[in-house]
Amino acid sequence: MNILNAVFVDPFAQMIAAPDLLVQTIWEGFVSGVLYALIALGFVLIYKASGVFNFAQGIMMVFAALTLVGLHEKGVPAWIALLATIAVMYVLALAIERLVLRPLVNQPDIMLLMATFGITYFLIGFGELVFGGNPKSMIAQELFLPSGALDFKVLGGSVTLQKLDIAAAAIAIVMVAVLGLFFQKTRIGRALRAVADDHQAALSVGISLNQIWVIVWFAAGVVALATGIMWGARSEVSFALQVVALKALPVLILGGLTSIPGAIVGGLIIGVGEKLGEFYWGRLIGSGIESWLAYFIALAFLWFRPQGLFGERIIERI
Amino acid sequence: MSEKRAIAAGEALLSLEHVSLSFGGVTAISDVSFDIRKGEIRAIIGPNGAGKTSMLNVINGFYQPQIGRILFRGQARARMRPYEAASQGIARTFQNVALFKGMTTLDNIMTGRSLRMKKGLFWQALRHGPALEEEIAHRRVCEGIIDFLEIEHVRKTPVGALPYGLQKRVELGRALAMEPELLLLDEPTAGMNLEEKEDMSRFIVEANRRLGATIALIEHDIGVVMDLSTRVVVLEYGRKIADDVPDVVKADQKVIDAYLGVAH
Repeated sequence: MNILNAVFVDPFAQMIAAPDLLVQTIWEGFVSGVLYALIALGFVLIYKASGVFNFAQGIMMVFAALTLVGLHEKGVPAWIALLATIAVMYVLALAIERLVLRPLVNQPDIMLLMATFGITYFLIGFGELVFGGNPKSMIAQELFLPSGALDFKVLGGSVTLQKLDIAAAAIAIVMVAVLGLFFQKTRIGRALRAVADDHQAALSVGISLNQIWVIVWFAAGVVALATGIMWGARSEVSFALQVVALKALPVLILGGLTSIPGAIVGGLIIGVGEKLGEFYWGRLIGSGIESWLAYFIALAFLWFRPQGLFGERIIERI
Repeated sequence: MSEKRAIAAGEALLSLEHVSLSFGGVTAISDVSFDIRKGEIRAIIGPNGAGKTSMLNVINGFYQPQIGRILFRGQARARMRPYEAASQGIARTFQNVALFKGMTTLDNIMTGRSLRMKKGLFWQALRHGPALEEEIAHRRVCEGIIDFLEIEHVRKTPVGALPYGLQKRVELGRALAMEPELLLLDEPTAGMNLEEKEDMSRFIVEANRRLGATIALIEHDIGVVMDLSTRVVVLEYGRKIADDVPDVVKADQKVIDAYLGVAH
């Protein structure tokens, strides 16, 4: 009886008793959710256009942030370092298309997946070689990211919003909106959706697969850079950060691998869900719940919707 | 009829010379030569497995023949990829409709303009200035094609939701949007009822006469072939067994045998 009470009654009573704490928790969940969504978006972009599950997405995030900070450490001004990092991500996209994707075209998916493992270890090694393996702090101030906090009086209490979190959420939302518009409304966006739908037909109307691959890997690289800056500013820039990217996996399971809205909604559900779970139910099992709750939520979803929230249902004729 | 004869005597847009194609030990096409002349509707017919679709795949660069030479506009062509074939003005449709199913009719047809839209990534990202003007101009062309194919009512419908006959039309529209010099049609009327076949035949003839596309057509419906085509090439087991105007081909004993079987 006690247990049932602690699981089904108590947490909700607390939520109602202290609504400001609830708002605070949801806000924190929302911010990490937006960032998870951004990482998941990187996976979805690449998966849709080239059918590759890019295991290296997490390390691309770390590598981008590391390049930015590393260049700044070597005396490059922050804005130039930012532009240079974007250029590096473009070169990386070109190199991956030329050296990895093109030679492996028409190979089984598992080969391409293994190749992205290769990219992962290459980027770890290369990053450490050039910039060293020590954790660095993000150059948040130099990039004019705000610091400090705002207090709001709501619902008879107060809610504290970190300015950095507000900026992170705003940038993420703008990026998602811009990418969405770009893919819906422009020729290259149309070409990208075409490639995602049918490779052969796309080729027959003169869409160059190679060009599209470079563009999506570059777009995923820029998204990785943005998430790297945000996560880096919230903690620090180190290879340990790639663990965060693994949180994108439950997001993808939830949202479906092929859906951009799915990545966003999935990210938010996971972000808010794990913060609420940690805060209200965590103490029941001695906390630490945050590190695995996301996977549990995803697993629960899989029982009922194996194709994810917005994923394509595969119906095969037999 | 006299018009057909005049075109049949014109200059070749595409010539295939002694083309052979095999996959491992299986021969799909062996030593086939024929040409497609400017302005004609050239039918390629033959029983199932005769190598017709392989022939189209060779022409638009999906397959590379091991032996033989292909001349396009009088120039011998090197190894070519589909992307390059498309940029030289070769468009095609597929036997099993290959549309972008999640996209609308209009968007599908707009992809046909891919090669003609050249404004850079930068302007497109801004969706402003030159890129916007370009988008509008190409949109106008596509609306014209949509009117021509009488599919205005499904302009904004995702093509996956359209009935088969309309999907075939959208696919033709996408190919026409490329303003192709050579249009390859792989069984454009397959699976259609009589009325749909008549509509499709009319669009093919109009595309040929009004829009000036040279057409190579694979078709099983002999009635459609006889009505539309200027000349017919007949394949069987990857070999060419006849090549002439429809009336002559129809009476050819080898063709009759290929279709009806021979008593041994």
